[in-house]
Amino acid sequence: MLAPLDTLYQEIVRDHGRAPRNHRRIEGAAHARGDNPMCGDRVDVFVQIGAAGTISDAAFLAKGCAICIASGSLMTEAVRGLDAAAARALSAGFRAWAKSGQRPAGMPDGLAPLASVHDYPSRVKCATLPWVTLEAALDGQGRATSE
Amino acid sequence: MTHATAPFDVARIREDFPILSTTVRGVPLVFLDSGASAQKPRQVMAAMTRFLETSYANVHRGAYHLSEAATEAFEAARAAVARFLNAASPREIVFTGNATAAFNLLAHSFGPSCKAVVVSEMEHHANLVPWQMLRDRAGVELRICRVTDAGELDLDHLASLLADGRVGLVSVTHMSNVLGTVTPVERIVAMAHGAGAKVAFDGSQAAVHRRVDVQALGCDFYVFTGHKLYGPNGIGVLYGRLELLEAMPPFFGGGDMISEVTLTGFVPASVPARFEAGTPPIMEAVGLHAAIDYVTAIGMGAIEAHERRLTDHAMARLSALSGIRILGAAQDRGGVFSVTVDTAHAHDVATLLDRRGVAVRSGRHCAEPLHARFGVDSTCRASFGLYTTEAEVDAFADALAEAREFFR
Repeated sequence: MLAPLDTLYQEIVRDHGRAPRNHRRIEGAAHARGDNPMCGDRVDVFVQIGAAGTISDAAFLAKGCAICIASGSLMTEAVRGLDAAAARALSAGFRAWAKSGQRPAGMPDGLAPLASVHDYPSRVKCATLPWVTLEAALDGQGRATSE
Repeated sequence: MTHATAPFDVARIREDFPILSTTVRGVPLVFLDSGASAQKPRQVMAAMTRFLETSYANVHRGAYHLSEAATEAFEAARAAVARFLNAASPREIVFTGNATAAFNLLAHSFGPSCKAVVVSEMEHHANLVPWQMLRDRAGVELRICRVTDAGELDLDHLASLLADGRVGLVSVTHMSNVLGTVTPVERIVAMAHGAGAKVAFDGSQAAVHRRVDVQALGCDFYVFTGHKLYGPNGIGVLYGRLELLEAMPPFFGGGDMISEVTLTGFVPASVPARFEAGTPPIMEAVGLHAAIDYVTAIGMGAIEAHERRLTDHAMARLSALSGIRILGAAQDRGGVFSVTVDTAHAHDVATLLDRRGVAVRSGRHCAEPLHARFGVDSTCRASFGLYTTEAEVDAFADALAEAREFFR
């Protein structure tokens, strides 16, 4: 076993990377495409806002590494039921967490394994790409890149 | 010139490279990214330090002792490069910032004299994008020679690209930085010259691993870079046959590249100063000189033989692993192996390898079209140097197998 890797590649990350949830297209939903031009990772995010003004469905399609795919999978589960402002806040909070290693208030435990990507600086963009793409979809922008 | 002074002893050689005995998060470093940039021996560091402590000043400028000493060291480096490539004269050696700068110089100063230029599908972006820019800027046609499924240059296709006689330059790699393929340079020269085209080789990889004799090859231009040859970064080399360089206009303008300047114009300097505008990489040239002395003392033939054993060993180990695909299967290849793992993305594999101390590159290695050609998004690449051991090749193979299981 690769013990030192357990912080990042915990079973939950490997599971979501291997068998991503919500890995599908939503026709007619708000959509954005995110690219990481350095490594070729590509993510399409779809967000459906329901009558109550909250996210009734979120899905994604990704071509990339396990971290990117697991991140998209966990993200689409996490944002369901949030309104756009809350989803943006969650996204900004997660991205800050992944970059700094400092956990902002209100971040769900379920994202902790993914946020440990902070220990792997060259991989942070893999984890944040689905989130910046989500923000672009919510903002009505068609495209995003991981910064 | 390249006689080995002692039997090749990799353990002894590794003592010259302090970084190789370091650890990464508690495990010994297995450095397999020399194709991106090689580590430096003490001899290079010592030569640069000694130069900075005793002889540093700007070159070609001052009428004082230090500037003369620095100029002498800088020009001695040029002469060492000329001997290393067996160029006919040091004047055929142009110092640039790196290999990329050398190709941009070539594209700007030689490119416009061509109706068409041929590159191949397996070029590093450094020998592709400058020609795309030339095409877009000056309308010079760019033709792309195909690569076979084995990862070799398709010479039939090259012949067809040359057939109309419009090609002014064939600019291709001498050794692929992704596939390890060593191209048949003599054949390429014969074919190109037969069609009235000049030839440039990207020797960024090849010059590190085997002896290069530009006169025997008969090529017109040859490019390599210092930092892959165990020297410092910040210095590259463009070799050009003298009569070709003398017919080429300058690229960058500024100090040192002129023989006369007025407010209304300038007269360019002679070759090679014409192509070396501004303060050149002075201490880097001293370091490159030391690196050339270092590999020459070991012997390029001995280095090639060592790396051939490593390459054979790696091919045997990697091809025995299930779920691992090696890109390219060229007959003549060097110690560069780009692989995919069927259960995992290259970045995930590289992160796992890093936890085993194994440093490899993951991604597209500045050769995106070649990855598209082989239908893969990204690969993990192990690349060897003269200090690489069979045990390190084993560590790479073992870690790949472990990664495959981990992501299953």
